[in-house]
Amino acid sequence: MTETRETMPIRRSLLARAAGGVTKGLRGQTVLKVGLVIVIAFMLMTVVAQIWPSMNGFHPTKYRDGPRLEGPSAIHWMGTDQLQRDVFTRVIAGGFASLVVAFSAVALSMIAGSILGWISGYTGGWLDRCLSLFMDAIYSFPSMILAIVLVAMFGSGLSPMIWAVGFVYIPTYFRVTRAESLQVRETTYIEAIKAIGASRTRIVLRHVAPNTVNAIMAVSSFNLADAILTVAALSFLGFGLPPPAPDWGFDIQNGQKYLQSGSWWLITFPGLMIIALSLGFGLIGEGISDLVNPKRRHKLG
Amino acid sequence: MSGLLRYALQRLALTVPMILILLTVIFLILRVLPGDPVSAMLGGRPVPPEVLQSYRVKMGVDKPIPAQYVTYIGGVFRGDFGSSMRTSTPVLRELFSRFPATIELAIFGLLVAGILGFSTGIIAATRADRPIDHGIRIFHIASFAMPLFWLGLMFQVFFAVKLGWLPVAGRLGGDVAFTFQPVTGFYVLDAIIRWDGQSLADIVLHLILPALTLGIAMTGLLGRMSRASMLEVLGQDYVTTARAKGLRERLVVTRHALRNALIPIITVFGLEFAVLMGGAVLTETVFSWPGIASYLMRAINARDYTAIQGSVVFIALFISVINLIVDLLYSAVDPRVRY
Repeated sequence: MTETRETMPIRRSLLARAAGGVTKGLRGQTVLKVGLVIVIAFMLMTVVAQIWPSMNGFHPTKYRDGPRLEGPSAIHWMGTDQLQRDVFTRVIAGGFASLVVAFSAVALSMIAGSILGWISGYTGGWLDRCLSLFMDAIYSFPSMILAIVLVAMFGSGLSPMIWAVGFVYIPTYFRVTRAESLQVRETTYIEAIKAIGASRTRIVLRHVAPNTVNAIMAVSSFNLADAILTVAALSFLGFGLPPPAPDWGFDIQNGQKYLQSGSWWLITFPGLMIIALSLGFGLIGEGISDLVNPKRRHKLG
Repeated sequence: MSGLLRYALQRLALTVPMILILLTVIFLILRVLPGDPVSAMLGGRPVPPEVLQSYRVKMGVDKPIPAQYVTYIGGVFRGDFGSSMRTSTPVLRELFSRFPATIELAIFGLLVAGILGFSTGIIAATRADRPIDHGIRIFHIASFAMPLFWLGLMFQVFFAVKLGWLPVAGRLGGDVAFTFQPVTGFYVLDAIIRWDGQSLADIVLHLILPALTLGIAMTGLLGRMSRASMLEVLGQDYVTTARAKGLRERLVVTRHALRNALIPIITVFGLEFAVLMGGAVLTETVFSWPGIASYLMRAINARDYTAIQGSVVFIALFISVINLIVDLLYSAVDPRVRY
């Protein structure tokens, strides 16, 4: 009975904070609030980027919108590139690819990794051992290198990036959910539910899975921060969207060619955007970790 | 010592299935997906089928996939990583010749990360919740969120192009490249062995920006862990005792707290090595650094199966060995840990 009381508040607290008491839950959570503001601002920016061309005439992929390779000015806030495109217009439109890939990839790995983790942790036995070995093998290898190899084989573009990045992160969720379900499995209330005669699927879905949600939430925000950097790196290496499309990583790679001539604005601004977005997700992760585990606030950064 | 040795051997044996799994995944993905080294090499040019077949035989991709797999795995276990499908040079020889460049970069990168991360972490912990602590924590989080390749490029713009203090890329300057004769492949070491001051200066200058880039990107995690670990130790009873008996704060920190704070940080070093190798790929690309990561990138673009597989196994093995060393180091630092 005591276990029920221990685990229930965790479930309730998260739901209450996420849905019902948003304002109450966010009180004092400056880090989380700043993170949320940043990420929401980026989403709004991506929407604005869609109507931006009609607002001021600059278009992210149209050539000859201004002078060639000119530094920031009153008209071109972030300068222009070698094809006379407005860098600001490209930068605000470039977030779309990063956001789409990061969200889809993290969703993909979250679903696959969590389901495998629940099953593996709850059933145990040879299945658990095989899956764990497999996941450890993937996990121990540098995720960046694996993502590069995979995306190179899948081809370049949005969906290859989603599959590659998504695959690489599966072990992260597997490890978290497996560890949590191993703990839940040993509790007396699971024993009680088993005694009532609940099916295995029901136990996993109704009783094991909800207890791992907190951990998944915290991990996924940090994961999104990392995904933004991985996506940027992949498109920097040339595996992103095909050229005319605005994409931060690719724009930085393009700017590298004009670095010797001192066109610093080509790489500076897309880079700052990547930092800001990744920082936003990172701060949300910090905030959620604090919410879930208040002790942590005093221990960790 | 025998217990330690047995532990080390056990750990090494455990890496075999891990690497086998990784290799199998890579092997299957390379072969199941469309595109192969032959078509990558020909680049879409029309060729008669018999020429195509002769290329496929030469590269060993004409046989069925299971047969290719068995042949390849058998070779790996005998220490034969095959020959590059693109250049026909043995993959292992190529990897070994490029390995020192990556290690040199990694060592100096870790050095930067270690010094920066550890010192800022300790400073932040000893001045917890004061402005300097907040400043350092922001720096740590920013270092997390920074795209490594971008940082490298910004360094190039500022220190190499604008100020002209440091070379933009590469391992050696043009004139030194003609005269310098490597011994071990670790250029810094080689220059010292040869007692060649001019080359040494050039080599170090080339190393600064890549090492800083890789190092700063690694600083965040290390700094945060150092801070957390130091804070934890500073809250221990024996630290209070040391303070109570009138020891100066400086001595409390350096004599009593520092050593114990170091223990968990060593594990982080091990964990960070995988991230470090990932970062090395980008650093080597940005700075045209001739290491194994840039070899892998070239192999990927040419769909050079054997070179990709070889590099992956090589990197995985290397990380396993590093993690083993870190584990053993752990027992040396913390006498309570025994194997």
